[in-house]
Amino acid sequence: MDLSFTPEQEAFREEVRAWVKSAMPPHLAAKAEVDGNFSMPEIMEWHKILYQKGWVAPHWPEAVGGPGWDAAKRFIFTEELEKAGTPQLSPFGLVMVGPLIIQFGTDAQKERFLPKILSGEEVWCQGYSEPNAGSDLASLRTTAEDAGDHFVVNGQKTWTTYAQYADWIFCLVRTNQEVKKQAGISFLLIDLKAEGVTVKPMLTSGHTPAFCDTYFDNVKVPKENVVGKVDQGWTMAKALLGHERTMIAAVGQSTREIGHVKRIAKKTLKDGRPLLEDDVFRAKIAKLEIELEALKMANFRALAGAQLGHAPGPESSILKLRGSEILQRTQELAMEAMGQNALTWFNEDGVVPQNEEPVPSTFNYTRATTIYGGSNEIQKNIIAKMILGLPQPGKSK
Amino acid sequence: MDFQLTEDQKMIQETAASFVKKDSPVERMRKLRDTELGYDRAVYAQMGELGWLGLPMPESVGGFGGTMTDAAILLEQFGSTLVPEPYTASVILGGMALVHGASDAQQKELLGPMVEGETSLALAWAERQGRYDASNVETKAEKSGGGYVLRGEKVWVLNGHAADHLIVSARTSGGPRDPGGVSLFAVPKGAGGLTVQTVKTMDGGRAARVLLDGAEGKLLGDEGAAAPALGWVLDKAAAASCAEGLGIANAVLWMTVEYLKTRKQFGVPIGIFQALQHRAVDMFVQVELLKGTSILANARAEESDAEARQRAVSAAKATLTRNGFEVVAQGTQLHGGIGVTDEHDISLYFKRMRVLNALFGDEDAHVRRFMSLPGFEEDAG
Repeated sequence: MDLSFTPEQEAFREEVRAWVKSAMPPHLAAKAEVDGNFSMPEIMEWHKILYQKGWVAPHWPEAVGGPGWDAAKRFIFTEELEKAGTPQLSPFGLVMVGPLIIQFGTDAQKERFLPKILSGEEVWCQGYSEPNAGSDLASLRTTAEDAGDHFVVNGQKTWTTYAQYADWIFCLVRTNQEVKKQAGISFLLIDLKAEGVTVKPMLTSGHTPAFCDTYFDNVKVPKENVVGKVDQGWTMAKALLGHERTMIAAVGQSTREIGHVKRIAKKTLKDGRPLLEDDVFRAKIAKLEIELEALKMANFRALAGAQLGHAPGPESSILKLRGSEILQRTQELAMEAMGQNALTWFNEDGVVPQNEEPVPSTFNYTRATTIYGGSNEIQKNIIAKMILGLPQPGKSK
Repeated sequence: MDFQLTEDQKMIQETAASFVKKDSPVERMRKLRDTELGYDRAVYAQMGELGWLGLPMPESVGGFGGTMTDAAILLEQFGSTLVPEPYTASVILGGMALVHGASDAQQKELLGPMVEGETSLALAWAERQGRYDASNVETKAEKSGGGYVLRGEKVWVLNGHAADHLIVSARTSGGPRDPGGVSLFAVPKGAGGLTVQTVKTMDGGRAARVLLDGAEGKLLGDEGAAAPALGWVLDKAAAASCAEGLGIANAVLWMTVEYLKTRKQFGVPIGIFQALQHRAVDMFVQVELLKGTSILANARAEESDAEARQRAVSAAKATLTRNGFEVVAQGTQLHGGIGVTDEHDISLYFKRMRVLNALFGDEDAHVRRFMSLPGFEEDAG
C-alpha cells in the first residue's frame, strides 16, 4: 500500500503545472481568477493550445493522437488543469464520440473524424434525450428510415448542449420498430449543416446559452455514418458509459470551488470580522471539505484500479453520485457566503464584487450536475441492480 | 498510488477473516457480554500467540514492527463480527501510550508480556470535565519519597476493569488545561489507593471508573512531557476505530441487502421497492467513503508530522461519526421492527457503532480540529 504519487508522477505534476502557467493566455488566466465563466470561443482557444502541445486528448491511444499516458498521469493532468481553472473543454468529441469511434469505428470513420476532433476544427454535441425520453432513454422516437444508400432522419432531440456552436451531433435513433425497444436503436453521426436540421438554443436557469433543441426534418444521412452495427446503438451507448470514469468526480474542480468559497468568506465581513472566522460558517466549509477528502480517496482507489488495468469497480460507481452532489454544495456555500450579494447576476451597478458575480448563475446551472449523464436516481437504480443485486420489478417470483 | 495489500497483509487478512467466521461469530460476543469480564481471556491470549497483539509493536519488545495499516486490517475483521476482546484498549491505547511515552526499559517491562498475551493494558486519560481534551487533566501526581502518588478520578477507561497495568495521565505542573505538565504513570492492578469500578457499556463492552487516592505510580518517560504522546495515541485510537467501524458498516450493509432480498411484503421481496433500494445504495456509498478515509487515516496515523496526521484522522473520524452512524441507522430502518430488538444482531452492531462514535472525539470535536489546522486557510488567498 502506497498512498503517495511516485517521484516521477510528482515531477510530471510539476511539469504540467509549469506549462499551464506559461501557456495559459493572460486574459484566460485573469478570467480564471475572477470568475472562470468562459465563452465558447475562449474554450476553443484553450482547446487549440492544448492541441498544439499534444495534450488535448489525454485518454486517447498514442496511435490516434493521444500522449500515451497511464491512468495516474491522466488524473494528475486533469487535476492540475482543474486547479488552475483552465477552461473546461467540450467533452462531446474528446471524451464521448471520439473514444467510441476509436473502439468501434471503421478505419474510414477514424480517418474522417478523429483528426478534426483533436484539432478542434469540428465541434460535437450529443443527441440522446428527447422530450419524452429522459431517464427512460430507450423509449426514444427519433427515427432513421432505410432509404437504400442513406437514412432519412425525423424527430427532435433535446438538451443538445452547445449544439449552436457544434458542427456534428452523435445521435441515438430508432432504426427498427419491430423489436424490443433497446434492440432497435442505432448510433448515428449527423452533420448539423445538413438540410432539414434546425438548432434552437434555449437559456439555462442560470441564463447561460448552453441548452438547445435540435430538430430533424427528413434529414439525409449516409449509411457509413453508423458507428457499430445497425440496431446495436444501445450497446454503443452502454460501452461509452463503461469507459474509465476516474475524472467524473471532478475532485479538482470542487477543490478549487471550496477555495473560492473561502476567498469570498475571507473578504466578506460579519460583525466586523471576516465571515471565514465565524465558527458556524467555517464548520460548514470544513464538513464539505471532509466529504471531498472522502470522495478523493474513493477516486484514488478507482484510479489505482485503472492503473492495474481493472474494469471500473464499485468505488467508481459512487464517483458521479458524490462528485455531482459535492459540486452543488460548493455553489450553495458560495451563495451563502455572499449573503444578499447572492440576489442577482445583473450587476451593472457593481454592487457585487467581481469574483462573486458569476456565482448565482453557476449555482443555478450546477443543479444540472445531478441530472445529466444519467440522473443520480438512475445511478442509484444501477448500483442497486448491478452491485447490490437487489430484485428488479417485473422479475420477482 | 497503490492500495494493494502486501503478501504479509493478505495473510493477516485471511487469518483474521477465518478467525471471525469460524471462531468468533456474533453469538460469541452475545454470550460473553453477560459474563463478568465481558470477553474471553483465552481468546485474548490466543491473539498474543497469533502475533496480533504485537503486530504494530516494536521489535524491541517482541512485536512485529508493523504499522497501523496492519492493525487496521485486523480491526476491520473484528468489527465485522463484533469481536469483544480489548484489542484497541490494550494494544492501541495502553500499548501505544508506552511506545510513544515510555523509556525503552519501561517498554520492555510492560509491553513484553502484553505482546505475548499474558497481560493486558488500559489507558486512563479521560476525566469528567475534559470531554475529548487529553490535556484537560485535574488528576494530580505529587512526588513522594522516590516516586509519585496520584490523586483524582478517571472515567471511561476501556478495559480498566481487567488491565494488569493502568497507564494514567496526571498533572505534575501547570494549570488545569495546560498541555505542558501532563505526565504518564503506570499503576499496577490492585495497587493501594486504587479503586476500579466496572462500568458496562451499552454495546456489551466494559469501561471503568478509576479512583486514585494516593495510589503509587511509576513515572513513564519525562515528567510533564506526555501531551504530544497522548495526542498521537488518541489519533491512532481514532484511526483504529475507523477501521473497526468500517467492518461494522460493511457487515450491516450486506446483512441489510440480504434482508431486503428475503423479507416479503405485499407478496414480493421488499428489496424490489425503489425507496428501499435507494436507502440501501446510500448505505453502500457511505461504506465506500468510509473505506478510503479509514485507509488514509491509518496510514497517516504513523506520521510524526502532527498536522498531516490530524487532518487525515479528523476527516476519517468525522466521516465515521456521520456516515458510519447513517449506515447502521438506515440498516435498522430497513429491518423494520425486528431491527430494534435485542434478539437481532443488527441492534448489536448499531450500539457498537454508536459507542465508537463517542470514543476518541465525535464529529464536532474533529470538525473543529480540522478547521483549526493552519493549512485550512491555505487556499483562502
